[in-house]
Amino acid sequence: MVQLTLPKNSRVRVGKTWPKPEGAKNIRRFRIYRWNPDDGENPRVDTYFVDMDSCGPMVLDALIKIKNEIDPTLSFRRSCREGICGSCAMNIDGVNTLACIRGLDEIRGDVKIYPLPHTEVVKDLIPDLTHFYAQHASIMPWLETRTNRPEREWRQSIEDRRKLDGLYECVMCASCSTSCPSYWWNGDKYLGPAALLHAYRWIVDSRDEATGERLDQLEDPFKLFRCHTIMNCTKTCPKGLNPAKAIAEIKKMMIERMV
Amino acid sequence: MADSTPGKRPLSPHLTIYRPQLTSVTSILTRITGNALLVGALLVVAWFLAASVSPAAFGAVDGLMTGWAGDLVMLLSLWALWYHALAGLRHLIWDAGFGLELETAERLGWGVIIGSVLLTILTLAII
Repeated sequence: MVQLTLPKNSRVRVGKTWPKPEGAKNIRRFRIYRWNPDDGENPRVDTYFVDMDSCGPMVLDALIKIKNEIDPTLSFRRSCREGICGSCAMNIDGVNTLACIRGLDEIRGDVKIYPLPHTEVVKDLIPDLTHFYAQHASIMPWLETRTNRPEREWRQSIEDRRKLDGLYECVMCASCSTSCPSYWWNGDKYLGPAALLHAYRWIVDSRDEATGERLDQLEDPFKLFRCHTIMNCTKTCPKGLNPAKAIAEIKKMMIERMV
Repeated sequence: MADSTPGKRPLSPHLTIYRPQLTSVTSILTRITGNALLVGALLVVAWFLAASVSPAAFGAVDGLMTGWAGDLVMLLSLWALWYHALAGLRHLIWDAGFGLELETAERLGWGVIIGSVLLTILTLAII
């Protein structure tokens, strides 16, 4: 359901302004969403000042610096710091991306950071992705085969392997799904761009033998067809993939098999 | 572990913090123009209906339709009609599996915006 406003317990208040680093000449202002599950308060946006002369180039560098030097209670997920694990996905400067590969020099003015949009917040910048992962699991993200196992590996031609380029690189960071207004309003039933891109990845896999069942499963007014080609997903994908195109290809296959 | 029981957790901000994108704005405008065109269409129906009722009724609705408010609604409806038609064409192109690369999609978006304004002006020049 479309609900434009936030529930009462989710409305964001003005938060604390943390002291400026002493002696710093090149200061940048960060406005960061905070929510503490322990104090019973509403979420707030805190203001931090970071000395850019001693800060790394990426948004994640600044977050780690804030956590180390200003406020150790600031919580966020991070791991690989090179855009391959997908942990540090968040809303930075109004768009979803990975904090570790978004350069601070790409952002004008204050750096505004929120959790991934329209998600349940566990703490600060950490969203609950349980439902997102369950949707991924529901598209059977594995090779389904009916024929007897070959003696060695399942072979694939170079051309067929090429069909998976632009699909297999997805790191499941959830940037695309949580950028999609359709997913905001109908995320309980609509699978969202990430799960659908994965669905297509297995549908076009030449070795997979459950294409029909996979399409059957998506033949539903919500799971697939809530995509209205808004394309926020493709625009925001930190890996440069195109979920909107993958979804359009599934829609095409749905029609092709009926006519 | 902290008490962040599902259900008690806040929902993170969405519409108010997400930066509008060319593709998202042109998408929602498709919906808005589609719905708003109903208003223009209902006005035209009221116009015809009034004409079939009585000269007095027609006079009243005609006054509204040809006044500045009517002109404004009809001008916006004209633009909305072109916008919605072009956006519909863009959807047909997408549904056929073309124009889904980001650069092409954005170019199509500008095409819909600029095209709808140009066609509105052209229509006004002709009629």
